Amino acid sequence: MRNLETDYPEALKTEEITLNMGPQHPSTHGALRLILRLDGERVVSARPDFGYVHRGLEKMAESLSYVQYIHITDRIDYLSSIMNEWSFCLAAEALAGIEVPRKAEYLRVLTAELCRISSHLVWLGAMGMDLGAFTPLTYTFREREMVLELFDLLCGQRMTFNYFRLGGVVRDLPPEFTKQTQAFIKYFERLPDIYDQLLSDNPIFLIRMRDIGHLSPATAHSHAVTGPNLRGSGVAQDLRRCEPYSVYPDFDFQVVTCQEGDALARYRVRVEEMRQSARIVAQVLEGLPEGEVRSKVPRVLKIPPGEAYVRVESSRGIQGFYLVSDGSVKPARCRIRVPSFANLSVLPQLVKGVKVADVVAILGSLDIIIPEIDR
Amino acid sequence: MRYLFAPAELFPILLEGLRGLAVWAGLPVMAGDWAGAALVMFGLFAFCALTVMVLVYAERKIAGHMQARIGPMRVGWHGVLQVIADTIKLIVKETWVPGSADRWVYRCAPYVVFTAGFLALIALPLDRDLTPVHLNLGLIYIVAVGTPGVIGILMAGWSSGNKYSLIGGMRSAAQMISYEVPLLISLMGVVMISGTLDLHMIVESQRVPYIIFQPLGFLIFLISAVAETNRNPFDIPEAESELTAGFHTEYGGIRFAYFFLAEYVNMFVLSALAATLFLGGWQGPWFPGWVWFLAKTGAILFLFIWFRWTFPRFRADQLMDLSWKILTPLAFLNLLATGLILVLL
Repeated sequence: MRNLETDYPEALKTEEITLNMGPQHPSTHGALRLILRLDGERVVSARPDFGYVHRGLEKMAESLSYVQYIHITDRIDYLSSIMNEWSFCLAAEALAGIEVPRKAEYLRVLTAELCRISSHLVWLGAMGMDLGAFTPLTYTFREREMVLELFDLLCGQRMTFNYFRLGGVVRDLPPEFTKQTQAFIKYFERLPDIYDQLLSDNPIFLIRMRDIGHLSPATAHSHAVTGPNLRGSGVAQDLRRCEPYSVYPDFDFQVVTCQEGDALARYRVRVEEMRQSARIVAQVLEGLPEGEVRSKVPRVLKIPPGEAYVRVESSRGIQGFYLVSDGSVKPARCRIRVPSFANLSVLPQLVKGVKVADVVAILGSLDIIIPEIDR
Repeated sequence: MRYLFAPAELFPILLEGLRGLAVWAGLPVMAGDWAGAALVMFGLFAFCALTVMVLVYAERKIAGHMQARIGPMRVGWHGVLQVIADTIKLIVKETWVPGSADRWVYRCAPYVVFTAGFLALIALPLDRDLTPVHLNLGLIYIVAVGTPGVIGILMAGWSSGNKYSLIGGMRSAAQMISYEVPLLISLMGVVMISGTLDLHMIVESQRVPYIIFQPLGFLIFLISAVAETNRNPFDIPEAESELTAGFHTEYGGIRFAYFFLAEYVNMFVLSALAATLFLGGWQGPWFPGWVWFLAKTGAILFLFIWFRWTFPRFRADQLMDLSWKILTPLAFLNLLATGLILVLL
């Protein structure tokens, strides 16, 4: 029998097409543009193009005082704002040599873990949406709303918290906060089962997620991929454990890893991480020490000349601030290391040869925040 | 419902009246026939629009409650007028043709898609004497007129001048052709048992609903029907998260409304077909036939809606695997088993 494709190449002339996915597209999670070369439905190559929401956040730091810049850091990664505030405060505190009271450290851990839960919830809903299941989103947003209400109670804001200060946090927990948070944690414990019913036990979900976007530890390291994406490839790298900052050594939690390295592994890591974060929150509430929530810091703070690079484990990976001080009230230079940038850089490798539908699933599984990349 | 459809006895009288009117006005008798046909079409269209409106409202409400929301609430009591508001919005919107589009093909596509679904309504037996046209090959007719819809979708995808639409159109063609096969074969089991293609006779021959004898056939039919109507989990032709809206990305206003209408009409037709063939159609105690028919159709429609709001979407190749490697062989097996049992018993 003759083969149409090999014997008559001129009869079956095919062409590659270029498809611009984005910047306005429902599943590029913001203004990201993917330039895809397609052979039919198969991806030949992909090139991410970003910068559509560049706001000059790094430059902005040079014209604002340290305290004024804290609320700007909320806008870097709007889903894990607390971690951005944290790494900035840590860098500035390291430069100025400010001590943070123990209670403030506990509150920082508490808010950061709540923030991680809410960030992963948004991701979980969006992941379902990327695969065409709309309903998980409404459920995860219902739960996220509870976390946001806790934050509302705590600092009057739902997303851009502006809660940290140099040398501590802005205020202590309101009286009803502990009770509400405990109620939420209790409620949250049984939620992963509901999500399992909706997504992880669903055969369609499994065949869509399994064996796509396989990320090997070597590729992950060479692209500086961090966070749940790296842990999904079986590397137990978590700054909270391997380079502990603040009071994380006080708490008992697991560094969640999954060996497979595919989209499903990244999914499992994040769902499990939510449970671990809930565990940490419960421990913080139990062992909350008494005392000040903020050390004495002069109102006009002149930071001695020097430079510092500090990194924390944000919801998406390693988030770092590099600050240079020239002795004035403002940073002389600020550079932000964002996890999403590195995590996106691995996408062209992951999507080579897959179908268009998988591009969406893989991109979703990497959990990318565009404003964070563009800064 | 009796007022929307001219029942079998009423229509000839009406037709005679129209013919008389045409002669009286000095027009050929043919004009009366045309007027009669137009009247039936108008009635069907009204029925179709009404069904779709109820269906859209039901879908939005059911989806809302499945998703821990409450659905439309603002327009009218519990949002019942929301669909009418949306319809008005779609009708008054500017109809716009993209510059890169193949103008005439682009314009025709929605009507081709809609007509394919709409024509099938003619032969559906709503009640013992409430069928717009009683055909003795009703089943073949319904299945046959529904098929050209895919051409309309291809036309839309091809003519829009948009790559997403093109991919959506191509996916759609592949999908609908693949699922036509198990769909038709799953129906054959019923035809073999009842020994007729006449929908009336099939309903009358069901002492017990055929779903008892044909559970596998019903299952295959249901899955293929969801795929035929391009609904989740088989909505890859319009996969929102990948292709924005697939073949109707570039459509707006009334033309989009026709695609929308077509999707729901197809859903209704296939559910009605399932109710007729597998659930005993209009048969049932106490209530009039059409109530039973609509209730059974509604139950299947609820399944459609339920699927849509709980399942993730398949990938195109997985969808093909499901059709060719699982459903089609199973459908043949079902056919073989039915034949063997009929011969042996």
